[in-house]
Amino acid sequence: MESTIVSAENINAYYGESHAIKNINIKINRNEVVAMMGPSGCGKTTFLRCINRMHELIPNARAEGVMKLDGEDVYKMNVIYVRYKIGMVFQRPNPFPNMSIYENVIAGYLLNGISVPKADKDVIVEKSLTSAALWNEVKDSLHKKGTFLSGGQQQRLCIARAIAMQPDVILFDEPTSALDPISTSSVENLFHELKQNYTLIIVTHNMQQAARVSDRTAFFYLGELVEFDDTKVMFTNPKDQRTQNYITGRFS
Amino acid sequence: MAPIETEIIATKKELINMWILVQSQLNKAREAMINFDKDLAREVLVKEKRVNSFELKIDRDCENIFALHCPVAVDLRFLLAALKINTNLERIGDIAAGVAKYVIESPVNFDVAVLESTSIMRMYDEAINILIDTRTAFENEDTALARSIFKRDEVLDNVNRAATGIIADVIKNDITGINEALFMLSIIRKLERIGDQSKNIAEEIIFYVEAKILKHSGASKTKA
Repeated sequence: MESTIVSAENINAYYGESHAIKNINIKINRNEVVAMMGPSGCGKTTFLRCINRMHELIPNARAEGVMKLDGEDVYKMNVIYVRYKIGMVFQRPNPFPNMSIYENVIAGYLLNGISVPKADKDVIVEKSLTSAALWNEVKDSLHKKGTFLSGGQQQRLCIARAIAMQPDVILFDEPTSALDPISTSSVENLFHELKQNYTLIIVTHNMQQAARVSDRTAFFYLGELVEFDDTKVMFTNPKDQRTQNYITGRFS
Repeated sequence: MAPIETEIIATKKELINMWILVQSQLNKAREAMINFDKDLAREVLVKEKRVNSFELKIDRDCENIFALHCPVAVDLRFLLAALKINTNLERIGDIAAGVAKYVIESPVNFDVAVLESTSIMRMYDEAINILIDTRTAFENEDTALARSIFKRDEVLDNVNRAATGIIADVIKNDITGINEALFMLSIIRKLERIGDQSKNIAEEIIFYVEAKILKHSGASKTKA
């Protein structure tokens, strides 16, 4: 059953005087994978960061409009709670270098001072690493530093860290752009597993990746949401000429 | 220009060149049939190898574009259409070669009176004109012209339908000309297939340009 989990209503974002995204309206369903694509500077990452209020961390940046998570206004929620419910994975794998694999997975609990019994921590770590398709590779080295892992493993560790907080939505900002093709493939395979339990929103420059992994695709251009449709439609018969020009590489 | 655009333009040119060759093959087979020119018929058979080479090259070019450029949207539709148009053109090339073979195998000239009574020449001319118009529709991405092909196929169908009775009468009247008469019936059957192949091509042109699928929809039977 489809139901809206993220809803953006007239979202505008600014960096000082610069109007970065303009009147974005979009509804994202539970358990779907949405890809956001567009040329550099088109506003897709800004929009992604508006969803979990990361945009607020940038000096002089502000956002207007209503962003809802499961019907509740994100901008009226406790920001820490927002980040629990909306996890984020970044372009470069960023495990905490001074923490072990085990500690990295439960970093959200440790850094927020949330007390969890050891037995529960063990369960969270195993479950999260299993969901991130990493458990079998690291179960015998949980207390080694996360930075000893390969790039692809580190990225999956970051995904496990996001999953550990039991979010509803996970945002991915170009999650495989720093990975080799094999690691990219393992992360992409993971998306298919993760969508059973989470809603995934992925910013990507890799159009083929958007085509491979997403159910629906949004195309942003000059701060506007040009087109948002089923991925199959977007890549076979896009309605807007700007979308067609972009995906066929005819953008000047 | 994006690299894929260059590749698509080159593939389109190759297809048009193949189209022109196939059209020339049909014309030569027609001339060979009227004039009972066995040398010209042999030339058609020799050039059939060039048609086959075109088909292989276009298949390979499309495969390379799929592998190297990951085409989407209009590019993807073009390549899917190009592959099918390529196959249909090759089959039309086979038809020209088939007509040429009958000319070579027939021991005597085709009877002009029978040629006229079966309307085979009218059918042949219409088949060539349809092929030319599908090429124009492809070159200019003219879907109105492509749609007009669906209706014109009926001319070929009508001649084909009437042919069995006419040829039966010819055989009844002169049993000695039975081989020649059956060759002619076979040629009519082959020419009728050009109408079907051209309709397939027209459907692919509309798919490529408008992203509409007419195949099996009945639209190509009813729409003019």
